[in-house]
Amino acid sequence: MTYRSPLSKALGLGATGHGTRAWWHQRATALAIIPLIFWFAGAIACLPGLEYTQVKRWLATPWNNLLLLTFISIVTYHTILGLQIVIEDYIHNERIKTASLLGMKGIFLFLGLTAFHAALRIIFTN
Amino acid sequence: MHERPLSPHLQIYRLPLTALLSISHRATGVVLSMGLIGWVGFLMAVAGGESHYTTAQAILSSWLGRLFLWAWIYALFFHLCHGVRHLFWDAVQGLDRDTLERHAQLELGVSVGLTVMTMIFAAANG
Repeated sequence: MTYRSPLSKALGLGATGHGTRAWWHQRATALAIIPLIFWFAGAIACLPGLEYTQVKRWLATPWNNLLLLTFISIVTYHTILGLQIVIEDYIHNERIKTASLLGMKGIFLFLGLTAFHAALRIIFTN
Repeated sequence: MHERPLSPHLQIYRLPLTALLSISHRATGVVLSMGLIGWVGFLMAVAGGESHYTTAQAILSSWLGRLFLWAWIYALFFHLCHGVRHLFWDAVQGLDRDTLERHAQLELGVSVGLTVMTMIFAAANG
Protein backbone atom coordinates (compact mmCIF):
# COMPACT_ATOMS: atom_id res chain seq x y z
CA MET A 1 0.00 0.00 0.00
CA THR A 2 1.29 3.45 -0.76
CA TYR A 3 1.50 5.84 2.18
CA ARG A 4 1.51 9.00 0.08
CA SER A 5 -1.67 11.03 0.08
CA PRO A 6 -2.94 12.30 -3.30
CA LEU A 7 -2.69 15.85 -1.94
CA SER A 8 0.99 15.44 -1.12
CA LYS A 9 1.63 14.22 -4.66
CA ALA A 10 -0.29 17.16 -6.11
CA LEU A 11 1.68 19.59 -3.95
CA GLY A 12 4.96 18.03 -5.04
CA LEU A 13 5.94 17.08 -1.49
CA GLY A 14 8.25 14.24 -0.55
CA ALA A 15 11.25 12.69 -2.27
CA THR A 16 12.01 13.66 -5.86
CA GLY A 17 13.93 10.53 -6.81
CA HIS A 18 16.74 12.68 -8.31
CA GLY A 19 18.92 12.90 -5.22
CA THR A 20 21.12 9.87 -5.72
CA ARG A 21 21.88 10.81 -9.32
CA ALA A 22 22.88 14.35 -8.35
CA TRP A 23 25.00 12.99 -5.48
CA TRP A 24 26.92 10.72 -7.83
CA HIS A 25 27.38 13.39 -10.47
CA GLN A 26 28.82 15.75 -7.85
CA ARG A 27 31.36 13.12 -6.71
CA ALA A 28 32.21 12.00 -10.23
CA THR A 29 32.86 15.55 -11.46
CA ALA A 30 34.89 16.21 -8.31
CA LEU A 31 37.13 13.19 -9.02
CA ALA A 32 37.61 14.27 -12.62
CA ILE A 33 38.50 17.80 -11.54
CA ILE A 34 41.27 16.72 -9.13
CA PRO A 35 43.95 16.11 -11.77
CA LEU A 36 42.69 19.00 -13.89
CA ILE A 37 43.17 21.45 -11.00
CA PHE A 38 46.92 20.92 -10.94
CA TRP A 39 47.10 21.62 -14.65
CA PHE A 40 44.83 24.69 -14.43
CA ALA A 41 46.41 26.21 -11.31
CA GLY A 42 49.86 25.86 -12.82
CA ALA A 43 48.67 27.58 -15.98
CA ILE A 44 46.92 30.58 -14.39
CA ALA A 45 49.70 31.08 -11.84
CA CYS A 46 52.08 31.85 -14.70
CA LEU A 47 49.71 34.27 -16.45
CA PRO A 48 50.69 37.67 -15.02
CA GLY A 49 53.17 39.36 -17.33
CA LEU A 50 52.82 36.95 -20.26
CA GLU A 51 52.54 38.34 -23.79
CA TYR A 52 49.59 37.81 -26.08
CA THR A 53 51.45 35.57 -28.55
CA GLN A 54 52.72 33.31 -25.77
CA VAL A 55 49.26 32.83 -24.26
CA LYS A 56 47.54 32.37 -27.61
CA ARG A 57 50.08 29.82 -28.78
CA TRP A 58 49.81 27.86 -25.52
CA LEU A 59 46.00 27.83 -25.64
CA ALA A 60 45.97 26.91 -29.32
CA THR A 61 48.07 23.79 -28.72
CA PRO A 62 45.71 20.82 -29.23
CA TRP A 63 46.30 19.16 -25.84
CA ASN A 64 46.05 22.38 -23.83
CA ASN A 65 42.94 23.38 -25.72
CA LEU A 66 41.36 19.97 -25.18
CA LEU A 67 42.17 20.04 -21.46
CA LEU A 68 40.66 23.51 -21.29
CA LEU A 69 37.45 22.38 -23.00
CA THR A 70 37.28 19.40 -20.62
CA PHE A 71 37.91 21.63 -17.62
CA ILE A 72 35.22 24.11 -18.69
CA SER A 73 32.62 21.39 -19.23
CA ILE A 74 33.18 19.49 -16.01
CA VAL A 75 33.67 22.55 -13.80
CA THR A 76 30.51 24.20 -15.17
CA TYR A 77 28.45 21.17 -14.20
CA HIS A 78 30.15 20.74 -10.80
CA THR A 79 29.62 24.45 -10.04
CA ILE A 80 25.94 24.33 -10.97
CA LEU A 81 25.36 21.28 -8.77
CA GLY A 82 27.19 22.89 -5.85
CA LEU A 83 25.45 26.25 -6.09
CA GLN A 84 22.10 24.49 -6.33
CA ILE A 85 22.71 22.95 -2.91
CA VAL A 86 23.67 26.33 -1.45
CA ILE A 87 20.55 28.03 -2.84
CA GLU A 88 18.29 25.25 -1.61
CA ASP A 89 19.82 25.46 1.86
CA TYR A 90 19.39 29.19 2.37
CA ILE A 91 16.38 30.31 0.35
CA HIS A 92 13.05 28.97 1.57
CA ASN A 93 10.50 31.17 -0.20
CA GLU A 94 9.39 28.88 -3.05
CA ARG A 95 9.14 31.59 -5.72
CA ILE A 96 12.45 33.25 -4.92
CA LYS A 97 14.15 29.86 -4.66
CA THR A 98 12.83 28.71 -8.02
CA ALA A 99 13.80 32.00 -9.67
CA SER A 100 17.28 31.84 -8.12
CA LEU A 101 17.82 28.26 -9.22
CA LEU A 102 16.70 28.98 -12.77
CA GLY A 103 18.74 32.19 -12.88
CA MET A 104 21.89 30.58 -11.52
CA LYS A 105 21.71 27.59 -13.85
CA GLY A 106 20.98 29.82 -16.83
CA ILE A 107 23.84 32.17 -16.07
CA PHE A 108 26.42 29.48 -15.43
CA LEU A 109 25.37 27.39 -18.41
CA PHE A 110 25.77 30.46 -20.60
CA LEU A 111 29.12 31.27 -18.99
CA GLY A 112 30.31 27.75 -19.69
CA LEU A 113 29.15 28.00 -23.26
CA THR A 114 30.87 31.38 -23.63
CA ALA A 115 34.15 29.97 -22.34
CA PHE A 116 33.84 26.90 -24.58
CA HIS A 117 33.18 29.15 -27.55
CA ALA A 118 36.17 31.38 -26.71
CA ALA A 119 38.46 28.35 -26.46
CA LEU A 120 37.31 27.17 -29.88
CA ARG A 121 37.87 30.61 -31.37
CA ILE A 122 41.41 30.59 -30.01
CA ILE A 123 42.38 27.32 -31.67
CA PHE A 124 40.46 27.64 -34.90
CA THR A 125 41.05 31.28 -35.85
CA ASN A 126 44.29 33.18 -36.54
CA MET B 1 3.22 33.40 9.10
CA HIS B 2 5.55 35.12 11.57
CA GLU B 3 9.05 33.77 12.16
CA ARG B 4 9.28 31.94 15.47
CA PRO B 5 12.20 32.94 17.69
CA LEU B 6 15.38 30.86 17.38
CA SER B 7 17.50 30.16 20.43
CA PRO B 8 20.96 31.71 19.92
CA HIS B 9 23.57 29.31 18.57
CA LEU B 10 26.24 30.94 16.41
CA GLN B 11 26.51 33.85 18.86
CA ILE B 12 27.20 31.45 21.72
CA TYR B 13 29.02 28.27 20.79
CA ARG B 14 32.63 28.19 19.71
CA LEU B 15 32.62 26.13 16.54
CA PRO B 16 34.98 23.15 16.40
CA LEU B 17 37.68 23.24 13.69
CA THR B 18 35.73 20.67 11.66
CA ALA B 19 32.72 22.96 11.61
CA LEU B 20 34.79 25.98 10.55
CA LEU B 21 36.37 23.98 7.76
CA SER B 22 32.96 22.78 6.63
CA ILE B 23 31.51 26.26 6.19
CA SER B 24 34.79 27.35 4.61
CA HIS B 25 34.39 24.61 2.03
CA ARG B 26 31.04 26.10 1.10
CA ALA B 27 32.38 29.66 1.19
CA THR B 28 35.37 28.81 -1.02
CA GLY B 29 32.98 27.05 -3.38
CA VAL B 30 30.94 30.20 -3.81
CA VAL B 31 34.08 32.35 -4.13
CA LEU B 32 35.44 30.00 -6.79
CA SER B 33 32.16 30.23 -8.69
CA MET B 34 32.33 34.02 -8.69
CA GLY B 35 35.95 33.92 -9.80
CA LEU B 36 35.01 31.73 -12.75
CA ILE B 37 33.19 34.73 -14.18
CA GLY B 38 36.52 36.55 -14.24
CA TRP B 39 38.22 33.64 -15.95
CA VAL B 40 35.56 33.51 -18.67
CA GLY B 41 36.16 37.23 -19.23
CA PHE B 42 39.91 36.67 -19.49
CA LEU B 43 39.47 33.83 -21.98
CA MET B 44 37.18 36.03 -24.06
CA ALA B 45 39.87 38.70 -24.02
CA VAL B 46 42.43 36.24 -25.41
CA ALA B 47 39.98 35.16 -28.10
CA GLY B 48 39.15 38.78 -28.85
CA GLY B 49 42.62 39.75 -30.01
CA GLU B 50 45.72 41.58 -28.82
CA SER B 51 44.11 44.85 -27.73
CA HIS B 52 41.50 43.09 -25.59
CA TYR B 53 44.18 40.85 -24.13
CA THR B 54 46.36 43.84 -23.21
CA THR B 55 43.52 45.30 -21.13
CA ALA B 56 42.84 42.01 -19.39
CA GLN B 57 46.52 41.42 -18.68
CA ALA B 58 46.86 44.94 -17.25
CA ILE B 59 44.05 44.20 -14.81
CA LEU B 60 45.47 40.79 -13.87
CA SER B 61 49.01 42.11 -13.38
CA SER B 62 47.95 44.97 -11.11
CA TRP B 63 48.55 44.44 -7.39
CA LEU B 64 44.80 43.99 -6.83
CA GLY B 65 44.59 41.56 -9.73
CA ARG B 66 47.44 39.46 -8.38
CA LEU B 67 45.87 39.52 -4.93
CA PHE B 68 42.58 38.21 -6.34
CA LEU B 69 44.50 35.65 -8.43
CA TRP B 70 46.33 34.13 -5.48
CA ALA B 71 43.28 34.33 -3.18
CA TRP B 72 41.37 32.39 -5.82
CA ILE B 73 44.17 29.85 -6.15
CA TYR B 74 44.28 29.36 -2.38
CA ALA B 75 40.48 28.96 -2.31
CA LEU B 76 40.90 26.37 -5.08
CA PHE B 77 43.44 24.30 -3.13
CA PHE B 78 41.47 24.61 0.11
CA HIS B 79 38.30 23.47 -1.63
CA LEU B 80 40.29 20.62 -3.22
CA CYS B 81 41.82 19.40 0.06
CA HIS B 82 38.55 19.54 1.98
CA GLY B 83 36.75 18.01 -0.99
CA VAL B 84 39.11 15.02 -0.94
CA ARG B 85 38.16 14.49 2.71
CA HIS B 86 34.50 14.48 1.69
CA LEU B 87 35.26 11.74 -0.81
CA PHE B 88 36.89 9.70 1.96
CA TRP B 89 33.89 10.27 4.23
CA ASP B 90 31.60 9.17 1.41
CA ALA B 91 33.55 5.89 1.40
CA VAL B 92 32.91 5.77 5.18
CA GLN B 93 36.59 6.24 6.05
CA GLY B 94 38.20 8.28 8.80
CA LEU B 95 35.04 9.32 10.62
CA ASP B 96 36.34 8.91 14.19
CA ARG B 97 37.07 12.06 16.17
CA ASP B 98 40.86 11.73 16.45
CA THR B 99 41.34 11.10 12.73
CA LEU B 100 39.05 14.02 11.95
CA GLU B 101 41.10 16.35 14.15
CA ARG B 102 44.41 15.17 12.69
CA HIS B 103 43.24 15.41 9.10
CA ALA B 104 41.82 18.88 9.73
CA GLN B 105 45.31 20.13 10.60
CA LEU B 106 46.76 18.18 7.67
CA GLU B 107 44.25 19.66 5.27
CA LEU B 108 45.14 23.22 6.22
CA GLY B 109 48.83 22.50 5.89
CA VAL B 110 48.48 20.81 2.52
CA SER B 111 46.33 23.59 1.07
CA VAL B 112 48.91 26.21 2.06
CA GLY B 113 51.73 23.96 0.85
CA LEU B 114 50.14 23.46 -2.56
CA THR B 115 49.64 27.21 -2.93
CA VAL B 116 53.28 27.87 -2.06
CA MET B 117 54.44 25.18 -4.50
CA THR B 118 52.36 26.82 -7.21
CA MET B 119 54.00 30.17 -6.42
CA ILE B 120 57.43 28.58 -6.77
CA PHE B 121 56.38 26.94 -10.03
CA ALA B 122 55.13 30.29 -11.35
CA ALA B 123 58.30 32.08 -10.30
CA ALA B 124 60.45 29.42 -11.98
CA ASN B 125 58.47 29.67 -15.22
CA GLY B 126 57.86 33.42 -15.28
